[in-house]
Amino acid sequence: MSAAELGSFRRPKDRLRRRRAVNLCMELLGWLAAALGVALLVILLGSVARRGASQLSLDLFTKSYVPYATTNVSQGLANAFVGSLVVVGIATAMALPFGILVAIYVNEFAPRAVRNGVNFVLDMLNGIPAIVIGVFVYGLIVYGRGQSALAGSFALAVIMLPLVARSTIEVLALVPDSLREAALGIGSPRWRATLGIVVPQALGGILTGATLAVARVAGETAPLLLVDSIVGQGTQWSPRIALQTVPVAIYELSDSPFASDQALAWAAAFVLIVSILLVSLTARWLATRSRRKLVRAAR
Amino acid sequence: MSALGTTTDVARRPFGRRRARFGDVLLQGTAGVAALGAAVLLGLIAWQLVRGARLSLSTFGLGFVGDVGWDPVHLHFGAATFIYGTAVTSFGALLIATPLALGIALFVSELSPSWLRGPVTALVETLAAVPSVIIGLWGILVLAPLLRDHVEPELHSVLGFIPLFGPPSSVGTGYFTAIVVLTIMIVPIISSIARELFLGVPHELKEGALALGATRWEMVRGVVLPYTRGGVAAAMILGLGRALGEAIAVAQVIGAFNNSIGKNLFANGNTLGAWIALQFLNAASALEKSSLIYLGLILLVFSLVVNLVAQAIVRRSARRLGGTSG
Repeated sequence: MSAAELGSFRRPKDRLRRRRAVNLCMELLGWLAAALGVALLVILLGSVARRGASQLSLDLFTKSYVPYATTNVSQGLANAFVGSLVVVGIATAMALPFGILVAIYVNEFAPRAVRNGVNFVLDMLNGIPAIVIGVFVYGLIVYGRGQSALAGSFALAVIMLPLVARSTIEVLALVPDSLREAALGIGSPRWRATLGIVVPQALGGILTGATLAVARVAGETAPLLLVDSIVGQGTQWSPRIALQTVPVAIYELSDSPFASDQALAWAAAFVLIVSILLVSLTARWLATRSRRKLVRAAR
Repeated sequence: MSALGTTTDVARRPFGRRRARFGDVLLQGTAGVAALGAAVLLGLIAWQLVRGARLSLSTFGLGFVGDVGWDPVHLHFGAATFIYGTAVTSFGALLIATPLALGIALFVSELSPSWLRGPVTALVETLAAVPSVIIGLWGILVLAPLLRDHVEPELHSVLGFIPLFGPPSSVGTGYFTAIVVLTIMIVPIISSIARELFLGVPHELKEGALALGATRWEMVRGVVLPYTRGGVAAAMILGLGRALGEAIAVAQVIGAFNNSIGKNLFANGNTLGAWIALQFLNAASALEKSSLIYLGLILLVFSLVVNLVAQAIVRRSARRLGGTSG
């Protein structure tokens, strides 16, 4: 409070009333902001649920999408669900070991300067827009060879890598040093202390971090649009060809002028969002639990 | 990184220089190669974009950045329209999202009854988990008609004297819709960082202000906000980075291509990311594809710069607070 403001000390009653009014105003704005933030989520989830839940049927998961179907055939997106499973599954298989190894290096082996360097690289990777990663993978793999689910997996793996590595670094840092010292103290070599004691201690946290990363890339559209979107008909499993995925299907169907296509997009969006929320909420719940366990162990 | 974040030197090298065992060398080697791989990956991304954009780089040079126009027929390409659209949408979103997100964060850290704190935090952060394609789907099928019928005409009739609020669009797509969609996406990012910062303000400072007779708002304005200034700026910049790079949701709601730079927020437009998403597979010539990769390169540079700035701010404010927060 400046001297000028104290100058109006002459009429304390008025001034106090004004300050209280301003305070009340700001508190109301705070409540309003929180209400609006919650309302955004409720409106968003509500409209997806209202339009999507009614469209759910067994056909959605068992039939493949037929573009430009002339008659009123019941459409499904089985091809997209299978494709998403394949693409995200392979991406996880690529990113998970890679990310964990990076984290092990950073937390267990690297000298301080190198550690900062790797953390910096991970931050930068994390900041690259998904569409740019799509352009990168297009130039690296797709150009000259054609689209494939594998290229899509690679793109998603690039997005997952910093997420997995950073969450693993955080969990490894929580493992108490006394455990490392005890393992080394009874004469086990470093690699056994790391892989046999430290990593298993942190495994719960590592897996929840990985699950959150999976939930994050399961809805990723931009890179897949460039490297894994021109698909054939029918449900296929081979990662060597381009496979339809759920987010790309939603993107394409949302553009369609036909009400039946839009209904299908809502249904797919509903399934996608429910599974992402279920997975990430479970992971978060497990994360707090395993973190509490680790912190208790550290005491 | 916290005090727990480092392995002590004792644990690292218990007996000084002892003979390396094969398993140790193997694990350290593999892990080191993986870490090196992450760095190589970053370099590879930059190199691949430069390589892909080379044709366009050599044809148009740096003038590409300031050139308006995208004409596949006459092979004349420029990035200015898209840079303009990216700037308008992401700064617009930042302008709306910042007060909203700070309001939410202040509510959670200062105002909320304790039973409401957890639910509000969880719900707002759940917003961050919603995939952009679903926000875009909602944006084009629900939000756009709503804005077209109810919001844009009102804004135009009341604020129409400002050129920003020109004639409403006929379908509801455009910059304004993109700004609303991006706002929804960056509010949870800014508010979750700001909440952590606000909760980290030392109690003595807050209590001191209250004890001097400050109202709660005066305490926030005089203590909480100045104390967390650097971090809040970094949070805003991270939100900006997210908005800059978003391609899909924007591509869904920004409308058909509009090859000019106009003031009207309700007009159709395009952004760097959205235009790559919309056009990449339709590119008719090698030069057009290369120009699209050039757009990607510009986007990469923007997002790296934004990230670097945010990190620099965080590091500086951490050093500034290092003495006081202990």
